[in-house]
Amino acid sequence: MSDVMLNLDAVDKFYGPIDKGVHAVRNLSMTVTRGEIIALLGSSGCGKTSTLRMVAGFEAVSRGRISIGGREIHTLPPVQRNVAMAFEGYSLYPTVTVRDNIAFALKRGNFSAVDVAAKVDEVAEMLEISAILDKYPSSISGGQQQRASLARALIRDADLYLLDEPMGQLEPQLRTLLRGRIKAYIKERGLTAILVTHDQTEANALADRIAVMEDGELQQFASPEDIKKSPANLFTGTFVGEPPMNVFPARTSISETTVSLRLDGDVELSYPVDAFSAELRTRLTEMGEVVLGVRPYAVQRRETGSPATVVANQWLGDQSHIAANFAAGSLVLVEHDRTQLVEDQQIAVHLEPSDLHIFNPKTGMAISHGARLVG
Amino acid sequence: MQTTSTFESVLRGMAITVIILFFMFPIFWIFLMSFQTNETILRVPPSPFFEPTLTNYRSLISGRLEGSTATLEIAFMSNLYNSLFLSVTSVTVGLLLGVPAAYAFARLKFRGSEDIAFTLLSFRFAPPLLVLLPLTIYFQQIGLADTYGGLIWVYQLIVLPLILWIVRGYFEDIPADIEYAYRIAGHGFWATFRKIALPLAGPGIAAAGLLAFIFAWNNFIFALVLASADKQPVTVGALAFITASGINYGQIAAGIMLSIAPTFALALYAQRYLVEGLSLGAVKG
Ligand SMILES: Nc1ncnc2c1ncn2[C@@H]1O[C@H](COP(=O)(O)OP(=O)(O)O)[C@@H](O)[C@H]1O
Ligand SMILES: [Mg+2]
Repeated sequence: MSDVMLNLDAVDKFYGPIDKGVHAVRNLSMTVTRGEIIALLGSSGCGKTSTLRMVAGFEAVSRGRISIGGREIHTLPPVQRNVAMAFEGYSLYPTVTVRDNIAFALKRGNFSAVDVAAKVDEVAEMLEISAILDKYPSSISGGQQQRASLARALIRDADLYLLDEPMGQLEPQLRTLLRGRIKAYIKERGLTAILVTHDQTEANALADRIAVMEDGELQQFASPEDIKKSPANLFTGTFVGEPPMNVFPARTSISETTVSLRLDGDVELSYPVDAFSAELRTRLTEMGEVVLGVRPYAVQRRETGSPATVVANQWLGDQSHIAANFAAGSLVLVEHDRTQLVEDQQIAVHLEPSDLHIFNPKTGMAISHGARLVG
Repeated sequence: MQTTSTFESVLRGMAITVIILFFMFPIFWIFLMSFQTNETILRVPPSPFFEPTLTNYRSLISGRLEGSTATLEIAFMSNLYNSLFLSVTSVTVGLLLGVPAAYAFARLKFRGSEDIAFTLLSFRFAPPLLVLLPLTIYFQQIGLADTYGGLIWVYQLIVLPLILWIVRGYFEDIPADIEYAYRIAGHGFWATFRKIALPLAGPGIAAAGLLAFIFAWNNFIFALVLASADKQPVTVGALAFITASGINYGQIAAGIMLSIAPTFALALYAQRYLVEGLSLGAVKG
């Protein structure tokens, strides 16, 4: 038995004629290991649902191959793929009760009526829908329908669980509670799941690895930590992380003793030469122009440093978000105590070389993280 | 706030009364006529007071029309039976063919499906007389003239487009994901069609079937041209009431009452389906 549960090999999806229609998924290759929870993270319309539907068999694959457990399935009908899916639009059967909706997913014959009832009760309890099992879908709220739909997927015994935005309609408290329960449910049983979401908190909390998508293309596929620490490109860098990464265009000049990064608005960041590796220095000299990225919580306020002007200071209860004008652009910094900064106050900021992410301005690809060359 | 003033409800009641009177009065008058003899019907001025008689119904059911000069044999009851048989079988055949076809048109968008669907609908636009002449000749050549089978086939021109277009809209209103959810749980295409799509489109199918039944029942021209006396429905059979010796209004009225009874009863019984079926989508909310 191989450890690979799902493999997508150069998959393309066109709605309409190939090469002419809407190119919803572009050359997507990824491998999911047995027992892993994967989050497909991306903004609306980036092709997450299309990807799931190709795996499930509701949309034809325009190009490429999909295999589940080593078996090529992209030409098989949905019945033969052995996957479970919770739909974005819930898609409950309106003519039967919630209980039957969930029970329908269990093939009769495989289980006795008592077993089915016990399983339904178990999942319903986990998802806090025990009280509405005997109601019809039209008489319950959107959030309840969504959980019923999720229950219908999770109760199945499938190779792969595809969950399309399964918690989008829930109130924040319930979402946090269920996140933990769902993760435990999946992990206890060793299930393999792909979770579609546009909520990075959810992706971080649930997933072993996150696949960041944009415009039909896979941007990065890595653990939540790696995505934060080493974003593969500008998109991932700015998309993942709250508040988003600060970015500035910069011109490099390197002398015997200093590495200097000149930003717009006459701001110059100077560092001793040995703060950057030799390869990176060579690379920076070649590039001449780069894009600098720094996370808000990595921006340090010091006695001396580059000048910035405070625009706003918001205390969120556990951290301060400070917005400032900096280098002809704006900068956001996060501090964990309640700072007394006021509007128009002058501050000095310092950016550590080990906190810098440097990107190629033309391709958007990362050059270095923490002053170390990528790759 | 939903408060209706008394004035408003009185006004509404009056409006409804006027509308009902307008539409129901002719039927009510015919109903009265069917219990009268020609003399009481034709007296001047007309009056709703008379001595009711069942002779009209009796002679229709026994098949003997007693005119002023002679007795005429008519086959009204067998016409009625023909109507019932032709309508029921045509609608059954129409549903058996039309519902799966409607599903195919709604779900499997294939090349030219829109054109085919429209062509089928366009059968409704063709003047029947235009079709009938060549059809008569063909039917005689292949031995379908004056058979129930041939009539049922031709009736498909009436019922099939109707069923196809109404039911197709219903299937299109069912979110495809509901069916996908069932299919992914290990059920095949046909099981999904039977267990999910059909029940959800039920009201639409019922409405389409009812309408098709009424249209088939009311058909006149196809049966007039293509069937001989023993296969003709009431719409054609009623012509026998116009005789050389005059028109027997009482018997015509009784004939009308008998022939509208099935559709009337059906419409009353299925009123809810008709209204829901034709005005609402299949799955809302
Ligand atoms: N059935 C369809 N026909 C045509 N275009 C579609 C269809 N479904 C999705 N698309 C398009 O494909 C792109 C990706 O959609 P989708 O996979 O639903 O994105 P996501 O789930 O990430 O929001 C979007 O541009 C969307 O408009
Ligand atoms: Mg989506």
